[in-house]
Amino acid sequence: MDFPLFHLDFFGNRVLIGVIAVLHVLINHGLAVGAIPLITTMEWWGRRTGNAEWDRLAYRLLAVCFIVTTSVGALTGVGIWFSSALINPNAIGSLIRVFFWAWFIEWVVFVTEVSLILAYFLTWQGWGARNKRLHIALGVVLSVCSWLTMAVIVAILGFMMDTGTWPQQPSLLRGVLNPIYLPQLLFRTPYAMMAAGLFALLIMYFFTGRGSPFRARAIRFASLWTLAWTPLCAVGAALYWRVIPEQMLGNVAVALGTQAFEQWHRTLAWVIFAAAGVAMLVVLWGVLWPSRLPRVALLVPFVLCIWLLGYFERTREFVRKPYVIEEYLYANGIRKDAYPLLREEGLLAHATYVPMREVTDANRIEAGREVFRIACTRCHTTTGVNAVVAKLEGLYGPPPWEAEAVRGYLAGMHNARPFMPPFPGNEAELGALTDYLLSLPGAAVSLEGAQAEGVRVPPATTESPEAMSGM
Amino acid sequence: MDPTTGLPVPSDIPLPLPIDRVALEGLLVLLFLAHILFVNLMVGGSLLTMACEILGLRKRDYDTLAREIAKTITVNKSLAVVIGVAPLLAVNVLYTAHFYSANALTGNAWIMIVPLVSAAFLIAYAHKYSWDQLASSKGLHLTLGATATVLFLLIPLIFLANINLMLFPERWTDVRGFLSTVVLPNVLPRYGHFLCASIAVTALALLLYFTRAGYPVEEKFETLDRAGLRRGFYKVAFGATLVQFFVGPLLLFTLPSRGLSWFMIGVISFGVLLAVTAMILLWWEIVAAGPRVGRFYVPITGLIMCTAFSMGYGRHLYREGAIGQHRSLMARRTADFEVAAAAARLRAAAGITRGGDELPPGEAMFRSLCAGCHAVDKTLVGPSLTEIAEIYAGDPAGLIKWVRAPGRKRQGMPPMPAFRLSESKLQPLAAYVLTAGSGTTAEATTQPAG
Repeated sequence: MDFPLFHLDFFGNRVLIGVIAVLHVLINHGLAVGAIPLITTMEWWGRRTGNAEWDRLAYRLLAVCFIVTTSVGALTGVGIWFSSALINPNAIGSLIRVFFWAWFIEWVVFVTEVSLILAYFLTWQGWGARNKRLHIALGVVLSVCSWLTMAVIVAILGFMMDTGTWPQQPSLLRGVLNPIYLPQLLFRTPYAMMAAGLFALLIMYFFTGRGSPFRARAIRFASLWTLAWTPLCAVGAALYWRVIPEQMLGNVAVALGTQAFEQWHRTLAWVIFAAAGVAMLVVLWGVLWPSRLPRVALLVPFVLCIWLLGYFERTREFVRKPYVIEEYLYANGIRKDAYPLLREEGLLAHATYVPMREVTDANRIEAGREVFRIACTRCHTTTGVNAVVAKLEGLYGPPPWEAEAVRGYLAGMHNARPFMPPFPGNEAELGALTDYLLSLPGAAVSLEGAQAEGVRVPPATTESPEAMSGM
Repeated sequence: MDPTTGLPVPSDIPLPLPIDRVALEGLLVLLFLAHILFVNLMVGGSLLTMACEILGLRKRDYDTLAREIAKTITVNKSLAVVIGVAPLLAVNVLYTAHFYSANALTGNAWIMIVPLVSAAFLIAYAHKYSWDQLASSKGLHLTLGATATVLFLLIPLIFLANINLMLFPERWTDVRGFLSTVVLPNVLPRYGHFLCASIAVTALALLLYFTRAGYPVEEKFETLDRAGLRRGFYKVAFGATLVQFFVGPLLLFTLPSRGLSWFMIGVISFGVLLAVTAMILLWWEIVAAGPRVGRFYVPITGLIMCTAFSMGYGRHLYREGAIGQHRSLMARRTADFEVAAAAARLRAAAGITRGGDELPPGEAMFRSLCAGCHAVDKTLVGPSLTEIAEIYAGDPAGLIKWVRAPGRKRQGMPPMPAFRLSESKLQPLAAYVLTAGSGTTAEATTQPAG
C-alpha cells in the first residue's frame, strides 16, 4: 500500500525469497553451524590418534566450507534482507523495529564468526600447525559463535509464527520469549549437525583415496556423527510440532501438498519419514560397512537432506499464513488493525501508488488491477506460479466464469481457505477485482512490478492537503 | 500523497524506533565508513591486482606483487560484506520508506547484487588459487581476474543508484527500471568519487602492508625494494586523489540543491582542506630522495581518514536535508491514518457498519462462508442446496457435522474445507440451507432434528 510493489509475475515473489533463503539455510546449517564442530572434532581426533590424514581431511573440508560460506553463504544471507524488503517491505520493516537489537547482536556475532573463520582457516598450516591445541580451541570458540548466530535468528522466526504476549505488550524480551523459540532451536541444532554429517560424507569422497582404509574410517566418522545427533533431532522435532499454533496446524495439509494434493498430505508425511529413514539407513551402512559403501549411496542422503530441508522451510513459512506476523500483519502486507478502515473506505482511498482514488464505471478493470496488485501479488501471480487464474479454473472450470460466484468466493475466501487473509477492500473494490480477474484469461497486457513499470500516483488536484487527508 | 504536486507521501511504519534517532544516525555514519573502507580495499585491490599482473607480463616482480595483493582481497571482501550488514540495518530502520521504495523501483538490478557479488567472489578465489596452474596461460588467468574486476566495478553502481534515488521521492514516479535511475543526478559523479577513493585508500593501505617490518620484501621481490614500493604506492594515491579534486567539485555542483546547506558545505570544505594538506605531504614523500620515504605516512593516512569522516558526515547532512521535509509530510500522513484507522476499529467493534440492508443471520453466514462454492439450484464448485437439502432433509445435525468435518470428496470436485465453528453457531446456517434448498418457507422447518 505504501511502497512501490516489486512483482515477478511468472515465478511469483515467494519463489525469489524461497530460493535465496533455502540456499542460505542449506549452507549455514550444513557448512557452518553443523560443519565447524564436525571439523574441529576431526582435527581433535587427528591430534589424539596422531594420524595426520585426519588433519589433512579436516583442512580440506574447512576449505570447501570457507569458500562457499564466505561467498554464496554470506551473500544469500544479505539476499534474504534484500528480497524480503522487495517482497513484503511492511513485514521486514516492522520486524526490524521490534527486533533491532536482536539483529544488531546477530551482526556482532557474525563479525566475530567471520573473523574467527578467517583466522581458523588461514592459520591452519602455519601458526595452527605449530600450536595445535590452541588451534583446536579456536575451532571450539568458532563452533559456539556459529551456533549463536542461529540461536539469535531463530528467536525472530519463532516470533513471526507465534507472537506470544507481544501484541499486548510490545517489547523485545516478550518477542524473544515466544513459545516457538526454544523448541525450534532444539530442533535446528541437531538438524544442522546431521546435515553437516551428510554433506561431509559426500565431500570427503573427493578428498580420500579410492578404496583406501582411511576413506572407510572417514565415512564411519561422519556416519557416527550423524547417528549421534539423531535422537536429539527427533525429540526437538516432536517438541516443535507440539508448539505450532493450533490454527496453523490446519494449514499443514496444504503446506505439505499444496491444494492439489491436500488429500495426500498423510501420504506425504509418510514419504518424508521414509526419506529420512533411507538417509539413516545409508548412515547406518556407513557405520557398519563403510568400505562397501558405493559412491552413489553418498549422493542419496545428500540430495534427500537438501529436499527435506527445503520442504521443512516451505512448510514453516506456509503454516504461518494468513499472517506474516501472527495477529499483527497479514501475508498481503496489510496490518490487521487497518482492516476496518480499509474495508469501509477502500484500499484505493488510502494507497500511495495508485492512479485512482475510487472505483468508477470507466476504470473498473484498471482499478481492479491495482486492487489485485496491492491485495494479492505478495503471494499470487496472474498466470504464472500460484496463479489466480489456475485457482479459479480449479474451482469453476474453464473461463468464462460467473461474476456472482467469483465475487462471493472472494468475499468469504478466508473462511474456506484459512491460510488466506480476508479481502481488505470495500464492496466496490471487490466488484472491480472480480471484473479484473474475469478479464485475465486471454488478456493481452501482463502485470509487471514497479521495478519495470514504475509507479503512479493519483492526478494532482487543486484541493488543499487538509481537505484530502481527513478522508 | 501530496495532492497539489503529485509527490508520493507514503505512510510510515507506525512502530517506534528501537533507539534514539541520533544514536541510530551516529551508528549509521560510523559503521558505513567502516564498511566503505573494506569495499574500497576490495575494489581498489582488484584494480591494482589487474594492473600489476599486466605489468607483470614484462617484469616478474609485478606478477608477484599482483599475487600478493590478490591475497588481501579475500580477507577484505569478507569483512566488507559482514561489516556492511550493520549500516544496512541502520538504513533500513531510519529510512524504511525511502530505502525500500528505491529498492523496489530498481528491483531487478538490486536483487542481482546477490548472484553478482557471489560470482565476483568465487571468480576472485579462482583467480587467486589458479595462479600457478595457469602460469603458462596468462591470457586465461588475466581474463578470470578481469571478470572479477568488472563485476566489482559494476556492483557499486547498483548501490549508488539506490542510495541516490531514495533521497528524491519526487523522481519516484519518473523512473522505470534500473537504467533510468543511473542517469539521475548525481549517481555518476558519486561513482567517480568512489572509484578514485578506492584506488587512493587501497594504495595507502597496501603501502603499509608491503613495507611493514615483518613483511619479507627481499625474499619475495628481485628488484623492488621498500623505498621503491613506497614511492610507487604514494604515486598511485597521489594520482587518484588529484583526479578526486576534479570529481569532487563536479559531485558537489551536480547535487540537487534541496539537501545543500552552508553547514554541510562547511563540513565538506574542511575535509577538502585536510585532503589538500595530505596532498602536500604526499608530494614531499614522492620527491624525497632514497630511503627517507615513508616518514609522513602516519600524518598522510591520518589526514585522509579525517577527510573520510568529514565526507561521511557531510553526506549524512545532505541526506537529512534532502528528505527532512518529506519525512515531516510522511509523519503527518501516518498520524492521520492511525487516527482514522482507530476510529474505524471502534465503529467495527460497536457493530456499526456502513453496509446495506442486514440479512438474517443464517443467510448472511451462507453468503459469506458458502456462496463461493454452493449455489441454490445448480452445481457451482460443490453440490447445489437443492441436492444438499435432499440428502440432509430433517437432519440439520448431520449437515452441521459434515460442515465441521467434511467426509469423502466427490469425484471431479475439489475437497471441501472444514469450517471449525461451534455447533450452536452453525444452526442458523443449517436451517437456512435446508430451507432454501427445499424451497419451503422458514416456518415449516424450524424444528431441529432430535
